Amino acid sequence: MTSFAQFRKNVSEQPWELWARQIAAILRMDLRKNFLSSRGIWVYLLAFAPASLIFLHAILDRAGSTSIRTDTEVLAGIFQFFYLRFGIFFGCMGIFTWLFRGEIIEKSLHYYFLAPVKREVLLLGKFAGGVITATVTFCMAITSCFAIMYAHFGQAGQYYVFDGPGMGQLLAYLGITALACIGYGAVFLAFSLLMKNPIVPALLVLAWETFTPVLPTLAQRFSIAYYLKQLCPVSVPAEGLLALFTVVSEPVSTFAAVIGPLVLAAAVLVLACKLVHRLEISYVAE
Amino acid sequence: MNGRGQVTGDREQGGSISSAGAFGSPGRVIFENVSKFYGEVLGVNRVNLSIPSGVTGLVGPNGSGKTTLMNLMTGLIRPSEGRISVLGIPPDRPEELFRKVGYCAQFDSFPKGATGFSFIYNTLRLHGLDDRESVRLTDESLQRVSMTEAAGRKVAGYSKGMRQRIRLAQAIAHHPTVLVLDEPLNGLDPMARAESLELFQALGKQGLHVIISSHILHELDKMSDQVILMSSGYVVAEGQIHSVRTEVKEHPMQILVRCSDPNLLASRVFAQDHVVEAKLNEDGKGVLVRTRDADAFYLLLNHLVVKDNIALETVAPADDDVNSVYQYLIGSENKTI
Repeated sequence: MTSFAQFRKNVSEQPWELWARQIAAILRMDLRKNFLSSRGIWVYLLAFAPASLIFLHAILDRAGSTSIRTDTEVLAGIFQFFYLRFGIFFGCMGIFTWLFRGEIIEKSLHYYFLAPVKREVLLLGKFAGGVITATVTFCMAITSCFAIMYAHFGQAGQYYVFDGPGMGQLLAYLGITALACIGYGAVFLAFSLLMKNPIVPALLVLAWETFTPVLPTLAQRFSIAYYLKQLCPVSVPAEGLLALFTVVSEPVSTFAAVIGPLVLAAAVLVLACKLVHRLEISYVAE
Repeated sequence: MNGRGQVTGDREQGGSISSAGAFGSPGRVIFENVSKFYGEVLGVNRVNLSIPSGVTGLVGPNGSGKTTLMNLMTGLIRPSEGRISVLGIPPDRPEELFRKVGYCAQFDSFPKGATGFSFIYNTLRLHGLDDRESVRLTDESLQRVSMTEAAGRKVAGYSKGMRQRIRLAQAIAHHPTVLVLDEPLNGLDPMARAESLELFQALGKQGLHVIISSHILHELDKMSDQVILMSSGYVVAEGQIHSVRTEVKEHPMQILVRCSDPNLLASRVFAQDHVVEAKLNEDGKGVLVRTRDADAFYLLLNHLVVKDNIALETVAPADDDVNSVYQYLIGSENKTI
């Protein structure tokens, strides 16, 4: 039997159905916790803060002093400077570092560890719960921003969204958001298994994500923002330090830009699986 | 005693604890030269055990390593050295281990917002069971610990005893063959305690491995087929209580003999070298004998009964229990547990 055939046989022999049921059980528990916990309120505030500002702008700008083109650039700026670099980043930090660390602090992780679930399946189930939570939250926030921004233009705004490039831009933003949640989520989940305080690694990752454009091409490949910037549908004119957030010095194809964060996330998750496999329950130290 | 009780004889079910055993033996919980260090702090050191089915009591003062031993066998922590096998399964394979093992840990914490029912139900769903089967097993386990009526209430509002029972229900819900219970009687009222003891004994008789740590020695004594005594991270003694007691040579065995002529019996046995003390019981109907060689004493007693025509009512060891063994082996180091 060839090694590929052996591999296929091994894959088909795995208890996929059981794992799917176990992941569904983890999701059912975690989604309720993630969405309804009072601890997550700041993530909602972070996500929907721009929507309230745009709403204020829409009310104040009833005279229509701004153009669709200008507001499209403003929205692109909000997405690239606020959501990608701040909102989604820190939102993911809050959601994903809490997946295991929160259970440890609340002394309830052992209940997961005392069930017949492979630690790797547990990690993937919790990761999936985090991705759904973060993606749904930020996609709803970005959709709100988008809707409010173009709604105040009336017919012209409607035409821009449904007959112009608007809907494509929205879908691109939502896709980038999902990729960002997957990428940053994997990174923060792994960090939460490595250390108790996520702030220091978060700042290091933020610095890495910000300054990779000035690093060699190979180093840039290990940045999630490097890929996501290229997928943004509207370019934002930026100068000076702000250009660090928008400039892509060595662009790759759209396909590579989509696959890149997924590959990075998969690699980090493999590392996280190894970490969770070795994780011990020691609540005393928390 | 150099810290180790030799164990002999077979138990009705599954034999007895022994230091040696084929690693990976499917019917036993085996520790092979297991040590656990928390940084520089010793958890347990060089533990060798082979635990058969039945009820096994884990006894020792706070910090002696009981919980560490239980956490090691359930994979919550990993050994620094050595190997562990639970019915042939290493603890780092939870997907196999917890089909057979239930662990009622000492952590008095629960998932936020959980009700008694949802706490057990969610665990069973993690096993991969469908809704119907999970509901059935949840109801069954709630019934076994008499918690059906309170099942819909939030665990946060439970008394300590109720929280203890709900954790026990969660540990037994999937019908494990190895049940590990860390201080399961803590916080229980006398009624619930008696019910729990009955349940543990019944499970032990069904051929399950029931491994229980407890501070309540006389209750542990009632239900345990065998004991593991721990002190400062070391296994001090292990085996059937009687066997362990026999090995405690520094403390002569106390045997209470009730007979027709206690005065005569006392004078006869006192002449023997191995008898350290023979005193009349307070009620005047028996003799409490302290001997260094119980077997020799029993032979002598047979001889005297025939020779002096003494009618025996009862012959019973007076310090052949967990409490006495504990006091002899550990009590001098740690006055309280």
